[in-house]
Amino acid sequence: MTSLPMIAQTAGKGAARAEARRRARLGSGRRPTWRTYTVLTLTLVASVLPLYYTFLIASTDMPHLNRDSVPSLIPQGEFLTNLRRVLDSEQVDFSLALRNSLVIAVITSVSVVFFATLAGYSFSQFSFRGRRTLLGFIVATMAVPTQLGVVPLFMLATELGWQNKIVSVIVPGLVTAFGVFWMTQYLDSALPRELVEAARVDGCSMLRTFWSVAWPAARPAAAMLALFTFIGSWTNFFWPFIVLGSGNPTLPVAVALVKTSLTTDYPLLLAGVALTTAPLLLLFVVTGRQLVTGIMQGALKG
Amino acid sequence: MPRHPGSRPLKNSTNSIFSSPSRRRAFRGRLDRRISPYLFVAPFFIVFVVTGLFPIGYTAYVSLHHWELLGGQGDYVGLGNFAVILHQRTFWIALRNTLSIFLLSSVPQIVIALFLASMLHANLRARTFWRMGVLVPYVLAPVAVSLIFGRVFADQSGLANALLQRVGLGPIAWHAGPLAGHIAIASMVAFRWIGYNTLILLAAMQAVPRDLYEAAVIDGANRWRQFWSVSLPMLRPTLVFVILTSTIGGLQIFDEPRLFGDNQAGARGGGSNQFMTLTMYLQYLGWGDLRNGFGRASAVAWLLFMLIVLIAAVNLLLIRRMGGGSAASHRLSRTARTATRQDGR
Repeated sequence: MTSLPMIAQTAGKGAARAEARRRARLGSGRRPTWRTYTVLTLTLVASVLPLYYTFLIASTDMPHLNRDSVPSLIPQGEFLTNLRRVLDSEQVDFSLALRNSLVIAVITSVSVVFFATLAGYSFSQFSFRGRRTLLGFIVATMAVPTQLGVVPLFMLATELGWQNKIVSVIVPGLVTAFGVFWMTQYLDSALPRELVEAARVDGCSMLRTFWSVAWPAARPAAAMLALFTFIGSWTNFFWPFIVLGSGNPTLPVAVALVKTSLTTDYPLLLAGVALTTAPLLLLFVVTGRQLVTGIMQGALKG
Repeated sequence: MPRHPGSRPLKNSTNSIFSSPSRRRAFRGRLDRRISPYLFVAPFFIVFVVTGLFPIGYTAYVSLHHWELLGGQGDYVGLGNFAVILHQRTFWIALRNTLSIFLLSSVPQIVIALFLASMLHANLRARTFWRMGVLVPYVLAPVAVSLIFGRVFADQSGLANALLQRVGLGPIAWHAGPLAGHIAIASMVAFRWIGYNTLILLAAMQAVPRDLYEAAVIDGANRWRQFWSVSLPMLRPTLVFVILTSTIGGLQIFDEPRLFGDNQAGARGGGSNQFMTLTMYLQYLGWGDLRNGFGRASAVAWLLFMLIVLIAAVNLLLIRRMGGGSAASHRLSRTARTATRQDGR
C-alpha cells in the first residue's frame, strides 16, 4: 500500500486527503457499543480529574483544606491570589523560571529539528559508505540512559563556568538520536528518491536539492518532532535539577524547590503546578491532533 | 587540473564538447555527490559526539578513579568503586525499589493500554477527541504529576486516605512502608504513560489486515478469541517496542520518587531509603555525599546501564520464546492463513 505522504508528494495534497478519507471509511474497527463509550468517558474523566483537582486545591486556602481533605467540586475563589503568591514568591523566581523554560524549549526544538532533518535527508536518500553502521549506531544509542552522562556533563559545566546558567541545559539538548531516526524514517517513505534524482539531473546542487525538494517534504514530520522536543524539554527535570540552582531554575525545578522548602502550603504549591502545566495544556489543545498522529505514525515505522 | 580518481580519462581532449569549464562542472557535481552525504550528517555527529558520546565514555573513566565534587580527580582505583557500591546495603535496597516500582508500573500500564486501545479500535464518533482524551496526562510534567498525586497520597489529610476512611477502611501510611509507597509512585508513572502506549498499540491494531478477523469470524471465533489469536500475535512487534521503551524509561525513574518524600528525607528516599531508586542513589552519591561521590556515582551509572541492557535482553528472549512456533500463530485457522497468504504478506 502506498503511504499517504507519498501520495501527497506525487499526486498532491487533495489526493492524499481523499485517500485518507477512503481508508477511514473502509474502517478497520468494529461498531462501538454503549459500553465502549462508557469506558472511554471514564478514561477521559480519569485523565482530566487530576488537572481539575489541581485547580480545586490551588483555588482554596489552608484553613479550608485542613477542615476537609476532600475538596468540594466547586472551586473557591482564591486561585488568582495563590497564583500571585507564587509569582511573587521570595524563595523562587517563577517568572524567571517561566522565561527559562520557554527559551530552553524553543532553542532545543529548533536545533533538534535542524540537525535531524539534515542528517535524516542524507540517511534516507543516499547510499554512502558507512551509512548502515552510522544509522545502527544512532538507534543503539537511543537505549542509553541520560544518567550515564551526567557526571562528566556536570564537570564540564563547572569547568566552563556554566553552572546555574541555562546554556548548560540547552547544549546537551541540541541534538537527539531519536530526532535523526524519526526524520530518516519519515523521509524514507515520504520523499521518493526519484524526486531527488530528478532535481539532480536538472542541475540542482545537493544543498539546493535539500532546500527546494527535501525540506518541503519533511515539514510535517519536522513540526511533529519540534512538538515532541518542546514537550520533552518543558517536562525535563533530572539534569536541570542537578545543574541549575534556586537562583536560575526552570519551571519543574522551581516547583520542586517550593515543595522542598514549604511542604505544607499546598494551595501555593499546586498553583505553581498549574502555572507549570497551563502552557503545555494550551499547546495540547491547539496541536493535540498532530500529537496523536505523530505518535501513531511513529509507532508504525518505529 | 585535479582529477577525481574514479573518472575516466578522456582520449579526445581537444574535442570542443569536453571543453574545460563543463568538465570542471561535471567534476564538481561528482565531488558534490560523493562528499555531500557526509556533510549533511556531519553537523549532527559533531554535536552528538561532544554532548552525548564523550560524557558517556568519560563516565567509564571517572568510575575507575577516586573523584570528588570538590576535590576533583584522585587516584586510579580500578574496579574499587564498583566493589564498594556492591557492598553497600543502600545499593541493594535501591535496586529492589527500582525493580519493584518498575514492575508495579509497567505491567498494569501495558495491560490497561491494550484494553484501551481495543476500545478505541472502533468506528467511533469524534475519534480524534477520544484519542486526545487518553493523551492528556502525557503533557503533564512528571514533577507536576508527582506533586498532584503527592497530595492524593499524603499520609495526613490526603485524598486517598480520606476516601478510604469514608468507606470504612483504615488509613494507609503511604510513606512508611516500601510497598505502599511503591504502589503510589507506580501509579504516577503509569498515569502519565498509559495514554501514550495506548495510541502506539492502537496504530498497530489498525494495521492488522481486516480479512484476518473476517476469517476468524467465519471459523466461529468470539471477540475474546479474536483478540487472543489474531490481535495479540499481530501486535507482537509493537508490544516488543512498547515493553522495551517502558523498560528503558521505567528503570531510570527519578522525578516521582524524588519528590515523594518529605523535605529532609526526600533526597534519600525516606527514612530507611524505602523509595530510593538507582537514579536517586546516583544523584545522592554524586551531589549529596561528598566522599568520593563522582567516582561512585559513575559506577552506579554503569551498573544501571548494564541492568537495563540485561532486562531488555531477558524481555526479548521471553517474547521470542513465547511467540516463535508455539501458541498464537499456530492457532490461527487455515482460513486465516490462506487469507494472509492471498494478501501477499
